[in-house]
Amino acid sequence: MEIVPEITRRSIENLVGNDKREDGRALDEYRDISIETNVISKAEGSARVKIGGTQVIVGIKPQLGSPFPDTPDLGVLMTNCEMLPMADPTFEPGPPSEDSIELARVVDRGIRESELVELDKLCVEEGKHVWMLFIDLHIIDNCGNLFDACELAVMAALKTTKLPVATIVDEEVVISEDETFDLPINNELALCTFVKIGDKMVIDPTLSEESVASARLNVGVTKDGHICSMQKGGKEPLTKDDILFAVNLAVTKTKELVEHL
Amino acid sequence: MIHVENKDLVIPGQILADDEYYSGRGTFKENGKICSSLLGRVSLRNKKIRVIPLKSKYVPKKGDVVIGKIKDVRFSMWDVDINSPYSGILPAFEVFGREKKELNKVYDVGDVLFLRVVDVDEIKKAKLGLKGRGMGKFKGGIIVDIAPTKVPRLIGKKGSMINMIKDKTKCKIVVGQNGLVWVKGNEDMEQLTREIIHLIEAEAHTSGLTNKIKNKLYLAIDGELPPEEVEETEEEFVLEKPKLQNFKEELEQEEKEAEEKAAEEESEESEESEEENEKKEKPDIGEVIEEFKRKNKSKDGLSYGDNSNNSFILNNK
Amino acid sequence: MSDIIRDDGRKFDELRPIKIEAGVLERADGSAYLEVGGNKILVAVYGPRESYIRRLLEPNTGVIRCRYNMAPFSVDDRKRPGPDRRSSEISKITADALRPALMLENYPRSMIDIYIEVIEAEGGTRCAGITAASVALVDAGIPMKDIVVGCAAGKVYDEIVLDLSEKEDKEGQADVPIAMMPRTGEITLLQSDGDLTEEEFAKAIDLAMEGCRKVNEIQKEALMKKYSIE
Repeated sequence: MEIVPEITRRSIENLVGNDKREDGRALDEYRDISIETNVISKAEGSARVKIGGTQVIVGIKPQLGSPFPDTPDLGVLMTNCEMLPMADPTFEPGPPSEDSIELARVVDRGIRESELVELDKLCVEEGKHVWMLFIDLHIIDNCGNLFDACELAVMAALKTTKLPVATIVDEEVVISEDETFDLPINNELALCTFVKIGDKMVIDPTLSEESVASARLNVGVTKDGHICSMQKGGKEPLTKDDILFAVNLAVTKTKELVEHL
Repeated sequence: MIHVENKDLVIPGQILADDEYYSGRGTFKENGKICSSLLGRVSLRNKKIRVIPLKSKYVPKKGDVVIGKIKDVRFSMWDVDINSPYSGILPAFEVFGREKKELNKVYDVGDVLFLRVVDVDEIKKAKLGLKGRGMGKFKGGIIVDIAPTKVPRLIGKKGSMINMIKDKTKCKIVVGQNGLVWVKGNEDMEQLTREIIHLIEAEAHTSGLTNKIKNKLYLAIDGELPPEEVEETEEEFVLEKPKLQNFKEELEQEEKEAEEKAAEEESEESEESEEENEKKEKPDIGEVIEEFKRKNKSKDGLSYGDNSNNSFILNNK
Repeated sequence: MSDIIRDDGRKFDELRPIKIEAGVLERADGSAYLEVGGNKILVAVYGPRESYIRRLLEPNTGVIRCRYNMAPFSVDDRKRPGPDRRSSEISKITADALRPALMLENYPRSMIDIYIEVIEAEGGTRCAGITAASVALVDAGIPMKDIVVGCAAGKVYDEIVLDLSEKEDKEGQADVPIAMMPRTGEITLLQSDGDLTEEEFAKAIDLAMEGCRKVNEIQKEALMKKYSIE
């Protein structure tokens, strides 16, 4: 863990106290966002997202598998995230860290709970064969706010995912070589991440803002304004007012974010 | 036979000249050829070829002034991060002499200090000290980091660049040879200075940089360009170590500051003001300058990753 | 043999389209991105830096550590994340291929980490990884004797050809990936799998070396493009 110089901590706190930031943004302003889709030809869905200097790549690969016993007619989503050591000098090679697992789960929760992927259309044969979508996030450059970048990347990749048509012929699954269908998506979602610095909530934190923040809040909202996932992180508590402020702003900001998709 | 010109951009393994030339820093000799070992720019003087790196990590050298961050407090020393592959230690006796004190009451983890490299051992661990005016803990301000190889450009010939920035922004600025820069002033001026410093880092190799920076500063602060063009001093490629004047100037600036600081601190804790007093007895500017003179003759470049534009393309279409 | 045309329309001594870009990441000390054919490779370099793994450090010089990793989505059938025997071997030989060029005497007891990420694989990723890693090392300001470059030749339908695609690699009879230091022509990586006569092997290595020299020009261009005065 990097030690934050005391004077850096104080200077960021003072700036935020005066509604300013190191990079000149307003407290409720995102850095530049860019999204490219279909960046990997071997993946059925893929995207690269940049928020400022932060960069993530996501690839989606389908595999046929058995459904969960309690949902025999639904496809399966699996989200995995690798915080690659390339992305940050403090990231270490090895199995996913707690942070990496939390990131994957928070991103997954938004997608899952908003039910924007029509999982029933991923059923090939009830109780036997369903499509499992492996959503693999690759973090390649960490300049802060990986959460929102990952959620946008997954959303963008899902929207462009094409799956091969699978049919049952003589009780066997036949996967078509050339016929595909668009992954059925019925909504859009974004995650808005805030950190608390001093007594203010700041959206889209940079790395140095994250390092001096006392707490974090992720709010996942669909474009029609439904809140479908949240996560509080960080060492210190948040007040109810902090949370309500963030939720309110997230609803507005989500509409801006999904414009990029 | 020579294959390059002064200031040419070269890459590792590139053949620069035959061996009637002398192989300087950043080069090596192999089979009668002088080759570059670095990504950098050629410096050709008389028959000596050197390559000044664009980037490289800071390796501590005796006599350097650096800005460091306390990363651990131990029984009789502080561990200091000096933005280098090698960490520094600040022994308690460099600060207290023989007095016994609790270390973390003086400097604690996260404090940022202006330090001098007193000695470097065989495994490059740097022993640090506070002998020199204005050395010690920074209070307030911001830290800006740049590639250590760009430090001379930030200072400019005889301090021309850094003094111009100080004059215009009214910020106090201290530059460590390890690429860390401390800036303190009005909050907005601190941020402007950060921007300006990064601009200098990004455009260190371009010509007419001093004027460009001057214009930018005047535009940002006064909303208009400076009244008269400054004469274009040819100071591009001052990629060498800053001349001693810079540091003298730097130290003089620091002296004033140290006095202010001491005055401030006297009213605070008595413990710290003792330390200041001790500091005042020690400095020996002549010694510092001699040190720099010697070092000016041989000096390596240093660095830190800086990538401003990154637009790699990853699209299949 | 010189007039054969390959599956993808290339001549026997023709490389796939190749593109290299230096300095593509913010956080890393040095980085590079490389595309050759359908391969997409990203490399980050950190260091020289302190390492907590003391046993890996050496008193007189800096050391390098390399990690070659394939993204789960980089291949047709999803690959499980994390290292396997193949990637461990490639990591090792990549470090061995790069090491002879490095001049790390000024950085004793320090570590340089090289992270090679295969974002998409289409045959020849180990050579592409080495080529990109060298550019990232230069970009990080690491002193080197030369820029190591990798390229493969192989035997497909009884012909010796340069830079095998994934399809050629699968259908072919032999693959000879090499890495070299172009200035001296010294070879720092050599593998061979498949069936070759002595004569064919000699032909393959000549062709691979020629390929390396071509790729080396592209490495140089990438660095010059990134850092020359606009």
